Amino acid sequence: MNLEKLITDSMCAATANVFSTMMGQELPAGEVSLETGSAGPNDGVASFIGIAGIWAGTGNINCSPSQACRICSQMLMVEASAVDADVLDAVAELTNMIIGSVKTDLEQHLGPLGLSIPTVVYGRNFRTKSAGQQEWIAVRYLWEGDIFTVKLCLASQERSGHAHAGLPHAYAIEV
Amino acid sequence: MDSDVLVVDDSAAIRKILQRVLRQTGLAIGAIHEAGDGQEALSVIGQHPVHLVLTDINMPKMDGLQLLASLKGSPQWQKVPVVMITTEGGELKVSEAVRLGAAGYVRKPFTADQIKEKLAGILEPVLPL
Repeated sequence: MNLEKLITDSMCAATANVFSTMMGQELPAGEVSLETGSAGPNDGVASFIGIAGIWAGTGNINCSPSQACRICSQMLMVEASAVDADVLDAVAELTNMIIGSVKTDLEQHLGPLGLSIPTVVYGRNFRTKSAGQQEWIAVRYLWEGDIFTVKLCLASQERSGHAHAGLPHAYAIEV
Repeated sequence: MDSDVLVVDDSAAIRKILQRVLRQTGLAIGAIHEAGDGQEALSVIGQHPVHLVLTDINMPKMDGLQLLASLKGSPQWQKVPVVMITTEGGELKVSEAVRLGAAGYVRKPFTADQIKEKLAGILEPVLPL
């Protein structure tokens, strides 16, 4: 199994497990793709969490405002009709659990990794860009009539040997 | 006798979920106090002694492992069971928590049954405050 497949499988399993366990929701199969460069303009809620260690990167979740409210309602068993602090906190925790599960899976192959505190953004017509050059693995789900996206970029921080930053190289490493 | 509990997590969402889950366990739960990080937890427990602490690991200011070490190093609080509830499932974190004296370890995402099962064996022998 190569690392790209390992990460993709882990992202899909973690997302399905968190949705099922914390929200009682069954997700359809996601559509997997690789992305490069900065994303286009976004509307809605974007959550980010950092991964650090010998391998470092960022986990990201994007969803619509109505999906964010639905996540909050399902997780907290309360009615949420507008994106407020509770809704953003629920999306942050969802990100923490999904990417945290992926991180734990990857640690078995890549060694110890650290996880940052998540940051959530809500707005219209905003762009995001990572300073890194690596590709993102993206898994898109059609859920509640909108697209819910889980993304992860990860690159080796080692300066020697054949593992360097940049996913095309990094993902080819056999694990 | 009801057991008072301190829930420590920087996520208000998780604190609310754990409050609800604790009430649903059927265990004799008394007051449930909350804190957003380890520092605040030490302040809260100083004002409201509890029988059990549930804590996340990754938190700002003072993380859950630091909180655990602080409680286990305190003559006043060292016997209070501490259960880690966290996304951190790596062997290093788990073994560190066990070494520091954690009474249990639950990985997020969690079910109400997992929390109930973990706490049932811990809360039974609770001693008076």
